[in-house]
Amino acid sequence: MDTSLNNDLITRPDSMLGRVISSAKLRDAVKGIKRIKRSHRQIRTENVFKKTLVIVALSTVVLVLGIMVTLAWQSTLSIKASGLSYLWGKVWDPVQDIFGAYPFILGTLLTSFTALIISIPFSFAVGIFLGEYFPNGLASNFLKNTVELIAAVPSVIYGFWGLAVLVPIVRSFETSIGVAPVGLGIFTSSLILAIMIIPYAASLTRSMIQMVPSNLKEAAYSLGATRWEVIRSVILPYTKSGLFAGILLSLGRALGETMAVTMVIGNTSLIPKNIFSPGNTMASIIANEFTEADHPVYLSALIELGLVLFLVTVVINMLGRRIIKQFTQE
Amino acid sequence: MSVHIKYRIGKSRVFQVIIALLAFACVVPLMFILFYILKAGITKINWHFLTNLPKPVGETGGGIANALLGTVLLVLTASVIAIPVGILCGIYLSENRKSRLAYWSRLCIDILQGVPSIVIGIVAYFWLVKPLGVFSALSGSVALAIMMLPTIVSSTEETLKLLPDTLREAAFALGMPFHRVILKVIIPCGFSGILSGVMLSVARVSGETAPLLFTAFGNPYLSTNILKPMQSLPLLIFNYATSPYNDWHDLAWGASCILLIWVLLLNIFTKLVTRKWKVQL
Repeated sequence: MDTSLNNDLITRPDSMLGRVISSAKLRDAVKGIKRIKRSHRQIRTENVFKKTLVIVALSTVVLVLGIMVTLAWQSTLSIKASGLSYLWGKVWDPVQDIFGAYPFILGTLLTSFTALIISIPFSFAVGIFLGEYFPNGLASNFLKNTVELIAAVPSVIYGFWGLAVLVPIVRSFETSIGVAPVGLGIFTSSLILAIMIIPYAASLTRSMIQMVPSNLKEAAYSLGATRWEVIRSVILPYTKSGLFAGILLSLGRALGETMAVTMVIGNTSLIPKNIFSPGNTMASIIANEFTEADHPVYLSALIELGLVLFLVTVVINMLGRRIIKQFTQE
Repeated sequence: MSVHIKYRIGKSRVFQVIIALLAFACVVPLMFILFYILKAGITKINWHFLTNLPKPVGETGGGIANALLGTVLLVLTASVIAIPVGILCGIYLSENRKSRLAYWSRLCIDILQGVPSIVIGIVAYFWLVKPLGVFSALSGSVALAIMMLPTIVSSTEETLKLLPDTLREAAFALGMPFHRVILKVIIPCGFSGILSGVMLSVARVSGETAPLLFTAFGNPYLSTNILKPMQSLPLLIFNYATSPYNDWHDLAWGASCILLIWVLLLNIFTKLVTRKWKVQL
């Protein structure tokens, strides 16, 4: 009704002129125009809103590309200076402008893989316990929430605790087995990392195990398999790829962890001799020396480490997510 | 035969016990850490500790007022940046599930989730600290905001995906424009999921140190200017914990205790929120 009235106004404006318009009609007309204006405004807002959404989504892509470009751009100086030999150069001496990342790459791999080996039995046990043995109940709720809290504690607090509690313990352990009793070192940081990465593999393992179709399990039970045999020969093989993805995500986490490692690894640029010697990881050397880097090549060498770290974690995470996606789609 | 079955059943039991033991062994270090931090920190906390600045080396006492205020400001600024962007991006991803941009955006969010925090610190340094020529809280907040994004986006997307299409269609059928359908119908329905994502991301970045090392940098004085260096709790813990002075260690224990309680409370509160206002289908 409003629109027709408005059409009248628009198509036959002169016919209105000579007439005496009743105030009620005028009010109606004004109302109609207002309503049209409002719906115009809403259509405009709608378009603006839709465009904002697109821009925001686009900005996340730009953000990640920007991170990549910034890292690559800022490390060109170092890439030009030392080329690919940067990756296996064994000496890191900022005073003489010799930059080789091998000690840190080795340190990172040592800490991450030791941590992974220590933590995997525990995180798989949590996953199997919560996914298969006791999916519900008070004890498993408690376990589930506590394991999630492990991920919530800030890494700097892990580092501080490690410094105050773990380092003396490791030191006395080192004395008892006859290694130089430093306390700080790769082994200590692996221990801390192992605690920190438990929740990632655990929660993934749990959800993967819960996805195993029950008819498979029931078939095995009906053939007379015991609980453990079902877990070993049905559940674990079925979730194999998912478990691997869990390990990958934990590894990605361990590689990039900075603060806790920086605080207990001992910070030397020498190549670690064994698992108890102090060292540095890629993340910890950046944290330690970034603000001290006094000339451009030095800074750029540190950023190149960041670039390597970024690329490695991106590849590992992408691989892990791809595997999870494939698994859940099956 | 029966011996064999008994052996198999016994083996099954043994493994069950082993798995239960290993699983509950994970709880031990966490409890140990919580207990130790609370024990070492709780005695240091008093009114003086909360309202005073740290004293120089050699003087006992002092507090962490600057770090408390700094953390609040840093996280607040980061939230102001990250929450709107994150929620809008989540809405886009849940509304346009199949578009090419959604695919790339989702990929980038996944990448962001895995980027080490120190790398984000480097990037924030080159984007804000170097051009402005000074370490600033703003650059720290930007770094933290980048770290908050993935959590907020994915929780928003996951929550909104769960809502039935009929809800949306009913609103459209009443003639509501798109933005009002989203803001007045879809978001209120998925509020608990979005809120829990926001709170988890706040909890995550409150304890982040690495991206602040060369952005917010730290500041021994009270500062409210976000264009100047600012102290924060995790930075203070890192600097004082690695220092050789016992007085500073005491400050760091107190600060750790406060940070830990804050993070744990946020996590527990998030659990309660999701339980209370669960999306009901």
